[in-house]
This record gives sequence, structure tokens and C-alpha cells, in this order.
Amino acid sequence: MKQATTILKSSAMIAIVFFCACSKTLDLQPLNSNTSDKQYSTPEGYKEVLAKVYGSFSLVSSNGVAVSDINLAGITDAATTDFVRAYWNLQELTTDEDICAWNDVNLQSFHNLNWTSNNVLIAALYSRSLFQITVCNEFIRESTDEKLSSRNITGSDAENIRHYQAEARFIRAYQYWVLMDLFANPPFVTEDDPIGAYIPPQIERKDLFNYIESELMSMEAQLVLPMQNEYGRADQAAAWSLLARMYLNAEVYTGTPRYADAINYSEKVINAGFGLMPHYANLFMSDNNLNNPEIILPVAYDATNSQNYGGTTFLICSAHGTNAEDNKNAGIPGGGWLGNRSTKNLPLVFGDYSGDADKRAMFGMGTLEISNVLNFNEGLGVNKFSNVTSTGSTPYSPNGVLVSTDFPLFRLAEIYLIYIESVKRGGGGSESTALDYFNKLRERGYENSTGNVSSFTLTDVLNERQRELYWEGFRRTDLIRYDLFTSASYVWPWKAGASQGTGVDSHYQLFPSPSTDIISNTNLKQNPGY
Amino acid sequence: MQFVHLHTCFLNRKAYKFFLTMKLTTLLLLAGCAIVSAKGFSQEVSINEKNVPVEKVFKEIRRQTGYTFVYTESLLRKAKKVSLTINNVPVETALDSCLHNQPLSYSILNQMVVIKVKDSQAQHSAAVPVSITGRIIDDQGEPLVGATIAEKGTTNGVATDENGNFTITVSGENTVLVISYVGYQNKEVVAGTQTNLTVQLMQLAQSLNEVVVIGYGTTTKGEVTGSIATISSKDFQKGVMTTPEQLIAGKIAGVSVTSNSGSPGAGSTIRIRGGASLNASNDPLIVIDGVPLTNTNIYGTSNPLNLINPNDIATFTVLKDASATAIYGSRASNGVILITTKKGKSGKPVFNFSTQLSVSRLIKQADVLTADEFRNYVDSVGTDEFQALMGDASTNWQDEIYKTAVGTDNNLSVSGSLKNTPYRISAGYLNQDGILNTDNLQRFSGGISVSPMLLDEHLKIDVNLKGAINDTRFANGAAVSNAAYFDPTQPVHADTPFGGYYEWYSVDAATGDVTLNKLAPRNPVALLDLYKNTSTVMRSYGNVQADYKFHFLPELRANLNLGYDVASGKGNIEVPAYAAQNYLDTGQHNQYSNQVNNTVVEFYLNYNKTFESIKSNINATGGYGYYNNLSTLDNYPYIRANGDTVPGSIPEFMFDQPQNRLLSFYGRLIYTYNSKYIVAASIRSDGSSRFSPDNRWGVFPSVAFTWRINQESFLINSKTLSDLKLRLSYGVTGNQDGIANYPYLGVYSTSDNSSMVQFGNTFYHMGTPAAYDAKIKWEQTATFNAGADYGFLDNRISGSIDVYFKKTKDLLNTIPIPAGSNFSSSILTNVGNIENKGVELAINLNPVRTNDISWDVNFNLAYNNSKITKLTATEDSTYAGTLVGGVQINSVGYSPYSFYVYHQQYDESGKPVEGVYVDVNEDGIINQNDLYRYQSPNPKYILGFSTQFSIKKWSLGTTIRANLDNYMYNGLATGASQSNMFNPLGYLANTLSEITESNFYYGQQNSDYFVQNASFLKMDNLTLTYDFGRIMNEKVGLRVSANCQNVFTVTQYTGIDPEIYSGLDYSLYPRPQIYSLNVNVQF
Repeated sequence: MKQATTILKSSAMIAIVFFCACSKTLDLQPLNSNTSDKQYSTPEGYKEVLAKVYGSFSLVSSNGVAVSDINLAGITDAATTDFVRAYWNLQELTTDEDICAWNDVNLQSFHNLNWTSNNVLIAALYSRSLFQITVCNEFIRESTDEKLSSRNITGSDAENIRHYQAEARFIRAYQYWVLMDLFANPPFVTEDDPIGAYIPPQIERKDLFNYIESELMSMEAQLVLPMQNEYGRADQAAAWSLLARMYLNAEVYTGTPRYADAINYSEKVINAGFGLMPHYANLFMSDNNLNNPEIILPVAYDATNSQNYGGTTFLICSAHGTNAEDNKNAGIPGGGWLGNRSTKNLPLVFGDYSGDADKRAMFGMGTLEISNVLNFNEGLGVNKFSNVTSTGSTPYSPNGVLVSTDFPLFRLAEIYLIYIESVKRGGGGSESTALDYFNKLRERGYENSTGNVSSFTLTDVLNERQRELYWEGFRRTDLIRYDLFTSASYVWPWKAGASQGTGVDSHYQLFPSPSTDIISNTNLKQNPGY
Repeated sequence: MQFVHLHTCFLNRKAYKFFLTMKLTTLLLLAGCAIVSAKGFSQEVSINEKNVPVEKVFKEIRRQTGYTFVYTESLLRKAKKVSLTINNVPVETALDSCLHNQPLSYSILNQMVVIKVKDSQAQHSAAVPVSITGRIIDDQGEPLVGATIAEKGTTNGVATDENGNFTITVSGENTVLVISYVGYQNKEVVAGTQTNLTVQLMQLAQSLNEVVVIGYGTTTKGEVTGSIATISSKDFQKGVMTTPEQLIAGKIAGVSVTSNSGSPGAGSTIRIRGGASLNASNDPLIVIDGVPLTNTNIYGTSNPLNLINPNDIATFTVLKDASATAIYGSRASNGVILITTKKGKSGKPVFNFSTQLSVSRLIKQADVLTADEFRNYVDSVGTDEFQALMGDASTNWQDEIYKTAVGTDNNLSVSGSLKNTPYRISAGYLNQDGILNTDNLQRFSGGISVSPMLLDEHLKIDVNLKGAINDTRFANGAAVSNAAYFDPTQPVHADTPFGGYYEWYSVDAATGDVTLNKLAPRNPVALLDLYKNTSTVMRSYGNVQADYKFHFLPELRANLNLGYDVASGKGNIEVPAYAAQNYLDTGQHNQYSNQVNNTVVEFYLNYNKTFESIKSNINATGGYGYYNNLSTLDNYPYIRANGDTVPGSIPEFMFDQPQNRLLSFYGRLIYTYNSKYIVAASIRSDGSSRFSPDNRWGVFPSVAFTWRINQESFLINSKTLSDLKLRLSYGVTGNQDGIANYPYLGVYSTSDNSSMVQFGNTFYHMGTPAAYDAKIKWEQTATFNAGADYGFLDNRISGSIDVYFKKTKDLLNTIPIPAGSNFSSSILTNVGNIENKGVELAINLNPVRTNDISWDVNFNLAYNNSKITKLTATEDSTYAGTLVGGVQINSVGYSPYSFYVYHQQYDESGKPVEGVYVDVNEDGIINQNDLYRYQSPNPKYILGFSTQFSIKKWSLGTTIRANLDNYMYNGLATGASQSNMFNPLGYLANTLSEITESNFYYGQQNSDYFVQNASFLKMDNLTLTYDFGRIMNEKVGLRVSANCQNVFTVTQYTGIDPEIYSGLDYSLYPRPQIYSLNVNVQF
């Protein structure tokens, strides 16, 4: 027995030695990944994370088209979590500018104006915006002056990273504007909040308005001067443009109109040196990243290096069908997806929608009237976005489907229209300058002065916005500003599911917070009506 | 006939063979911890008893010496009680004293004491002595070594040699020989004049002394404390078995094995008592000969288990309750399956060769419109435009893609013993075609098992090495659904740019450009013919296990187990550029490969001693384990058919090496009092590399109490009751399998080459922060189990009943997290509870057991109810639950994976009205809030029935299974809509004839119309065997059997097959009906 005790004792000793030696062996690291200290040890590492700051709204993930940063249950197609596509769904499918033939409850409820908080396409946008905000927060946290000096990053490297940090703050402000516009009172997280077990508080719409405003104003000086930054990155004009856009809608957001500020900031952009692209169509072609004086900030795509089945690939492919000729003309020989086309209200706003007069009317195949929402061949096709270059060639695409056209997030024409409308709404400025800008846009559209006007009404401004900016993701916000979105005073075919269109309760002016976030974030209160 | 009650001390059949052929000490080592009452053997006996039955004395002698006693119950009734006081006398003296003045005598054969009636008449027989030679075999035709042949009524007896042969000289032709063997039914034969007698002994239905494998040791069936079920090779499912888990389908209560497809070698979903988890693995831990297997994916095989040759497997033991599984700690929540492989036997080499030829055929096609029905439908419903699209052919696409498939399975093994070192060497070759054209699996397998004894037989070493090479060609599974949807009026072949196969495409009249109709169904024949996915997968696993009994302290054993499981999988996919299936990508010429390298180190000490003075036995085990799972995943760019690399597809890293490790400490104490009361407690602490140092270690305890009621004095002599045991257990197990390797680490990774961001004219890789949960930890399952094992009438009626309640908390559950709080929208974290309640019943009957006829019946039933009781960190009645895929949901209060659908409305004639659903929440609007939870794919009841009827050399067996109350979403039928048939893309598609019922224009994917009751009853197999016995001068054993698998299915479900684990029926590769002929030769 004594021997047994000895053995047990020595075994225990062996076990302890094993334990101590082997506990460490449980500290394993993934082979192809970095700790954050390693990632941020060089300026190049910072730029890679800056790429994720931007890549969060230009791509669905870091691992190709099939996976997504947004991994919500119920989302089966990663492309529906792309920012431009998800934002576009909410801003356009809910309006007269688009109707989609895809038979999916989540999608059809946009036309029917009867979505619920369980709608995964709403959750996709909400989560995408907050994902990008979270990435921005992380970058901002890691790029403070203290962190830079502790990592021995100084001089021009540090200067560049300060610009990066301001851009991350701008992108965050932009996404908060998106959330403020669509959901009013989103959760609010900044670089001061931790990653992990943290429940963000909810912010009131008008507080968020003030936050975005103050952020944009305080970061403005840290941004690169207008038109001086690398293509694809935000500069000071981008911040001014967002301020102008936000002031135009300030009355919706806060109850207080800010048209004078809108005029002020749109003037700053206009005076920064941007110009209109001579041919309207070239703004939406696959070489729109080259020689483009108009785009203030794009979302950049590339069929090889920045692949995404959302973005402009979605806008172009979903607008076309099986007609080989038509597809080839759109630069997608791989074929279309038979989804989106217009309700008749969109072509009819041009009057003559043949494109012979106003070249901005770029309609394709299909009928004007729609008897069956799910029949792609009913409703006029929209050829505005194209993967063909301005010289008529089609760039390389690995499958004839992925496109290289960039999406304009901010462009000069919108800034003109902000100025015009703000003047019209009594924000000051110059009526004649406004008329001048108005006709500038029409002249560019007609490619001559035959479309010019001598006066215009506020309604004309809305219609001009539609002619100029259709399918670019503005329509829902515009209709709400004009109080035409949910009311029965303006209808379009299949509005709210009725063939002639009908009004719905005004609570649909805001989207619901997704039920998934209501359940996981106990600080959230659902928007009224949901 | 007389029922013989054999009382032996502890020996199973295999150990008994050793008993007679090896020294006593050897035996002790081998029997290991199974030997509870036979420790400290000596050749001398001390007894101090007053007025006790002779049986008590026998047991005492047995306990002290290890000698086995063979006698019949009725014999002992003739004996008087005895009083004995003896000290350190030889066994013979003790027996002489005990049987003095009793009507009994004894004989000792090796270490076996045979008790018999004292018979003086035999000596007066005038008959002429005859010499008889013969051979004793078991029910498998294998020789029984050490079987006893005794001349009835005398002390004359011999035992068989290592080949099962014997020679005995008896007093005359009329002499009756009694042949006996532990664990087998005695047999009496008249000596006659036969000089070459072969006697086959049948195994007893259930032996309480049968050795049962438990974690880190063995015990006997009678002393098992947990809910354990064992199936040995004779009870396996018969027929074509390409993968091991199929062997036990339907055989064990509470264990469901659902094959994932009808492809040869396809994997199965194994569930023990329902799933305990939502997002972590629900697969049981599988341990082969002490080597735990991981679920690491091996590229190039649909199922890593199909690299294990089922023919090498001897037993499956399923550990179900926490008392049995908790010793496996963190990997035990889903149950544990212990597999032992066949080992060498003592004696001369015995060769066993079996060959099997099989023919598989499709038994049921998807119920699509025939070409004529299709024409009629298009003519009556379609527009002119669509009518014009029809072709002139009449093609049954399902006929075109399926064939009658042939397969062979050949296995050769030799087992025996070389200088007391048992060995077994086996080799197998399987070649099995799938019924889907081009599908083929070839397996070359081999195995070696050696068990030498060293160091004066104190050290036993077990070496098991197994390996297999699989060459597979995978058929393109997309052909299955495309065959259902492809227009039957089109021909297989046509003059097209797609390799001469008919496809839907258009040609630009002006330019001649070809545009493939992208969304149209693809020609199913081309999908198969032009897709060549071939792989070669090698896997080897095995271990060296050294078991050392300390020289100075024989009660203490040290056991070291070094195991490995390595694999390499690689393959190529070739699709020509002209093939429609890859037309846009201009074909493919891709490769894939990975390597798996898992190692196991385990060490334990076992102390097992009986303390007579306090009638107690203590069996204590303490051990340590280290498990390292490393795999290497190679990354390749996408290559087109012409060899060009697809731009953007060049991987950023050439390979990745995911890895995880587990460290474990475990202990178990089994205390047995007076052979009646057993308390077993175990504890395991596991540390996992998947969790942060703060949450790394989990502790998993269990405790169990067992009362062997039949050992109580008031029952021990019962003729009716042969076994009754009550078991109670509680334990906590864990789960961490099936989740990512580094979920707690916040790291940055670099984006793919196709996911870069343009700044200026440069594309930058994205440095991407990963979502992480620093606090992630073990999922824990607490299991209560109450059970009883019973046996009546000499165990001719036996079985068990169990009731369990399993509660899993801290579920590893992917849930949405507050937006903005992490780099993801949902994350795997520890939230939620699931409960499983169930009842299991097993009944084994042996209604007929004579020399010529035997009949066995096994029936099992399991009821299981799974319910999610908590799903998210907070509760909100408006939260529907977590959607899973398209039509399923996990919701609190419901079974996991419940269907989440609209409630279909029907017209007066009972026809579903398209798009009209019940306003479930009565708010006047039909929207997503009107989806409701309707049934689930999980069966409430699972039943299994096996029976084997033998008459002389013939035997007939079958296995029947049934699942009740399981529902299926008929996904294939949801495609039956006119909009799918008449596609605006300009093609026609076939559909299920279901369309003539519903006439839906658009697919109503979310309607409960498509959720159907899929309860079923299946006859899995029917086997007829003829055993020729020994032929060719007794040198060769021959057995032939004919088998039919998947004999019939009874169900209301309208799809092809009601058995799909997920409950989603989209395009199941149909399970074939298989006819096979098996010849087994032994020499």
C-alpha cells in the first residue's frame, strides 16, 4: 500500500508537470491572421484596414462574393447584404421608380408597403450600416495620436493616417445619416465603446442629427482638400456634400428647416472646382472612374479585383433579361437577371421618354403598363447603368456578369439640385443662380438648350430630381420631403399592392428596427406602428 | 428439453479460450479490469463457512483460485448444505471435503471444475469403448477453443484444442456426450460410431458475464452502471455496407442513423437521443479501439467514415446516459460510440474469405409528367409561344441518368496466434457503382492487429493499424433535380455547341453568338457525362496501447495509448469548356487537396481490488489525455478547362492550417458492495484551445447508482427472473465540436484577391477584423437517466427500459447580437437552452431455442421530444425565432427546425387556393407576421425490429425500422408551378405531376401545403443464409447468403423517400434497392 501511495504521488507529480507544460500548448493562433498589434505596426497595415473601412460599403465580405460580413439567419444570398443594393432596395423598390419581378416576400413587401420588422432585406441594410460604423470605430480607436506614437509611426506616415482617420469618421457619419434617414433612432456606438458584450444605447433622431453635423464640422479640416485625394477616397467636398444633403432634409429629421445651411454647403462644393460630365450617360458607364469631373465620391467596383453581385452588377444585371442583344449592349454578355424595371410614372415624368429629346430618359425593352408585377417583360426597362465604356467597348469580366462600373454616392448634379430646392424653399441664395443650375442640368440632359426653362416650381424641382437622379437611391427620401411617399395624394401602379396604387399609413415613412436587433438590444424602442 | 444454467465466474468467450491455453497470469492480464472478483489468485484455498449451499463454496473457490465451475442448477438441488473449515489446501482437497457424502462428483479440466452426478453404474457398462474425434464450432462456424466434451454421467472429459478439435474415448456407442462452452448453450449428442463429429454450439441469448467496453476499460454486462447498448457483428445489418455506421441502423433504441444519400459510401446523420445542440455538432463521439476520431473534413470524400472497412468491425457499443459518457467529458453530450475491431485469436491461422456481389436498382422515380402528359398540359395551359418550344422526343430523363449498378466487396483475413502472440491481418477491396451514372467508389483497405505479451506477461501490448485508399468518382448530384425538371419532349443529344447535348440556348442571327439560357435546367445526361470529379483519399488510423500490470502491485495497472489518425485527400474536377454546366466560366480544370494529422496520447492508472472483509470492490481509474487535431488545407486558383487561371482567383495564401487541441484529466471510481450495490462516479476536466485561458477548462462530473436486485437473497434462486437491475444516473457533459477553431481571438485577416479595394489606381487588400466572443465557453448538457435491465426465463426474455431528461444550457448558438457591438451581425455565443425528454425500450426475445431451430426477436422503441426553452439573451414575445434556411425556424417552445410557413386555404373541392393564406394573427393583413410553426422533421417515435429465424442450416433474418410523426418539406414539389414550366426566359421545364392537383401559377414555397407527414416503415433488409458447415474433409467452412436491402417502404409521403434527416426534400440521390449474394469461406 505504501508503494501504491508512492506511485500515486509520483503520478500526480507527472500530471502536474504535464499540465503546466501543456496548458501553454492550448494557446493556438490562426496561421494566416494577425493580432491587432501586428496589423497596425506599419503604415501599410493601417492602409489595409482603411481599405476595409471603404470595402465595407463596396463589397460584401473580405472572402469573395459568396460570404458576407452580415451573417443574419434568413439571408441566403450574400449579395443582398451589399450596401448599395440593400440601400437601393429600400430607397427605390418602395417608390414609383422601380418594380421587381422576383417572387420573394421580403422583396415584394417593399412595393406593397406592408413590410414587417422580420424583413431580412431591411435587416441587411441596417446591419450593413452598423457593421461599417463598427469597422470605422475600430479604425478610429487604433489611429489616435497616442497609438501612432506608441507604434513609432511619425512624420508623413502619421499625417496620412490622420487623413485616414478623418475619412473613417466621415464614412461613419455617412452611415449614421443613412440610419437617421431610414430608421430615425438607431443604436449609437462610437470609438469609445467596447467590442463584445456591449449593448449600445438608442439615439434620438435629432440628437443624431446634431452628432453627425458636429462630426462633419470637426473632421472637415482633417480631410484632404477637395479633388486632391486618391480616387475612391473621401475629401472635404464629400463632407460638405453630406452636410448639404442633410440640411435639405433637416425639417424631416428635426422639425427645423436648415435651407440656408444647405445653400451654404452646396456652394462650398460647387465652388471647389467640380464640373458636370459632358454626356450624362458617361456618368454611369464602366469607365466612369476616368476623366470624371462630376463625381465627388464613388463606390468603386471592379469585375476582377472588387467582385460583388450587389452594387452596379446588381443594378445592371437585374435590369436586363434574356435578350442577347440587349445584354450585350449593357455590357453583360453573361445575361441579365430579369428583376427590375420602372413603373410608368418614371418614364412619364420625361413626357417624351424616347430619349430623343432628353437624353437622360434611358429606357429599354418592355411595356409601359404592368398587369403582373412578377412578369419582367411588363414595365419599361432602365438602361441608365451600363458596363460598356464611353468608347463602346466592354471591359473584361470573368463571367460576363460582374461589372466594373462605379456607383456615384455624391455627384455635382445633386448638389446643384440641393441649391435649387433650398432657394425655392426660401433658404436664401440666388433665384437666378438656381435657374442657371436648373438649366445647366437640362442642357446637359438634352445636349442642347431646347429643354431650358425660364421658371420652375417646387414640384418641378422634384420632377427634375427624378429625371436627373432616378435609380440612384434618392427617391424615397425625396418623396417623404414632399410628403408624397405614403399618402394617397401621389400614387403609382402597384403602390401598396393595388394595381392603380393607393396610400398607406404614414408610419411606413420609417422602417422598423429589425426584430433581430430589438431582441438582442434591450435599449431599443421600436418605431411606432410596427 | 433441459435448460442449463451455466455459472461461470467472469469469463467471456474470448477470455475463456485464453484461459485454457495460457497460464493463469496471462489470463489475468488479458481480462484486465473486467475481472472484479478474481484478484489475487492462488492455487490454494481457505474456507470457513457454516451450513451454506455448496454453490456458495464453489463461488468462494472460484473467487480465490479463478477456477471456473460448470454445473446445472438441478444438480445442485441434490446437494446438502455443508460446513467447512479449511486452510490453504489445494483445490482438489477443498472439493473433496465439500462433496464428501454428496451425490455429486467432479472433474477438473485445466482450470475448469465440472460438477456431475456420482454414477457407479457407468463403470459396469459392458459396452465396447469407442474413440471419437470431432470439432466444435460456434454459430459463426469458427472453432471453439477449450470447449468441454464430457461423457455424460462420468468424470470422463476432454477439451478442444486450438483448432476446436478433440478426441475422446468413451465407454460405448450409446454414450451421451455433453458439450459445453461458457456463454453457449450446452448440447448433448449420442456418441454413435461417428469418428468425425462436428457440433455447433449456439450462443446464449444474453450473458450477464459478457464483457462490455466502457470508456477506459471494460466491465461485464451485469455490472454496467450506465445506459449502454452493444451490438456485435452477428447482429449487424446485412448486405452491402459501404460505411460502418449503417451496421447499427435500427438496432439500438434511441440511436437513429439516417443515410444522407443513396450514393455508395455516403455519410449518415447519427443522432443519439436527439440533438443536444443547435449550432455546435450533434454528432456523437466515435472511438475506434481507443482512438477518438474527429469530424475533420477530408477533401475528396463525402464521408470520412467510409475509409473504415465495416468488415473489420467486431462490436459497436453506444454509450447513452451521462454515467456512461461523462468520462469523455467535453465530447460526450451527443453520446459516444465505441467501436472495437476484430482481433487475433489463439491457434493456428484461420483464413476467412468473403466475397459479395451486388446489384442495385432505382425503385422509385420522382413523379414527374411523362412526355405525353407534359404535351397535353402544355397544349391545354401554355400559350402558342410555349407550345412551339416543345420538341418531338419522348425522353424519360430519370431513365437516362440512373442505371442498374453492380458492386463487389471482397475481404480476406487471417487470424491466429504466433508464439502466443495473437494477430489478425485483413485486406479488403470494394468496388461499388452508384445507380446515378458515373458514380463509383473503390476502396482498398488493410488492417493489422497484434497483441503480444511481454515482461513475464505483465505487459500487454495491443497494436492496431488500419488503412484505406479510396478512389472515388463523384457524379454531379445536380443531375437528380434537373432530371425532374428537364423538358421530356427534348432529346438527349442534338446538334448544339454544348458537346452534342440538347440544351436551352439561343443564337444571335446576325453575329452567330451563342447565348446559353442561364437559368434553364441543364441537360441531366450532360451534367453527368461532362463532369469528372475524381479523388484519391488515403486514411490511416491506429494505436499502440501498452497495458502494464505492476510486478509488485498486481492490482495496479498503467495503460498508455498512443494513437494517430492521418489522412490525405486530393482530387480534380474537369469540365470541358463547351459544357453548359460551366459555360460562362469556360469549363474547369480544378484541384483540391488537404491533409489531416491528428494525434492522441492517453495515459491512465487503474487500481482494482476486492476487499473480502468488507465485501467490497474498488475499481479506480485516473488518467490524462492529449488530443491534437491539425489539418492542412491547400488553396488553389480556379483554372479554366484550357489551363488559364481565372483572374482574381489566385489565393492569398497557399494553404491554411486550422488546428485545435484538447487536454484532459479524468478519474472514475466504481465501488461495488456485496456484488449488489454499485456506485460509480467519474469526473473529467477538459481544456480546449478553442476558448480563452479564462474559460478554457470545463469540469464534467457524473454519478450513478446501480442496484442488482437479482443478486438479493430473495431473488438469487428465482427460476423466472434471471436479471434485474435498476440504474440511476446524473451527469454533466460538454460540447465544443463543430465550431470554429479560434472563436475567442480578435484577429485581423487579409482579404482575397477578388475582394480588394481601389484607391487611386491601386487595389489594396483589406485588413479585416474578425468578430469574436472573448467569453465563449463550453456548452453543457445535464442528463438524468433512470433505467432498468431485466431478464426472465434464463434471459430468454431480456432487455432494458430507460427514461431520460437532458437539458443543454449555454448552447453554442449563433444568435443576432446588438448591431454595432461586434464585427458581425450574429455570433456564436453561449445562449439558450434545449431540453430532450425521452423513453427507450428494448426487448430481446428468444422464443425457440432447440438444437435445430432457434428464433431471436429484437424490438426497440424510442420516444424523444426536443424543445427549445431559451434562445436569446433577452426575451421578447414578438421575436419569432432564428430562421434556418428558407422554411424552418428555431423558436422558443418548439422543436428545433420547426417548419415556418403560411397556413394554406383550400376551396370547397379541397384544392389549395393560390396565394390565399390564413390571417393567423388576425390583424387583417397577410404578411410575415402570419407565418406559423407547423410540425418538425424530428420523429417523435423511432422503432426498430430485427429477427432471425434459423432451422438447421438455414436462417432467415430481417430488420425493419419505423419513424413516426416526422414531417417533410417537399421542396421538389414546390417547383410544380406554371411559372416554372412556362418560363419567361424562353424555355419549358417539366414538373411533378403534383401540378395537376394544385395548378399553382407561381411557386408557393412558404405554404404548409408542402409540409407532409413523412412517417414511414421500412424493411431495411431481408437475408437468407445457408450454412454448409465444414465441407471438403472438414477443412473448409462455407456459408452462402442472399440479401435484399431497402425491401419496401410504407409511407403517406408523396416524394421519393420519406427519410431525409433535414426534413427538406429537394433532390435526394435515391437510395437503391440492392440485391446481394455473399459467399463466406473459412479454412
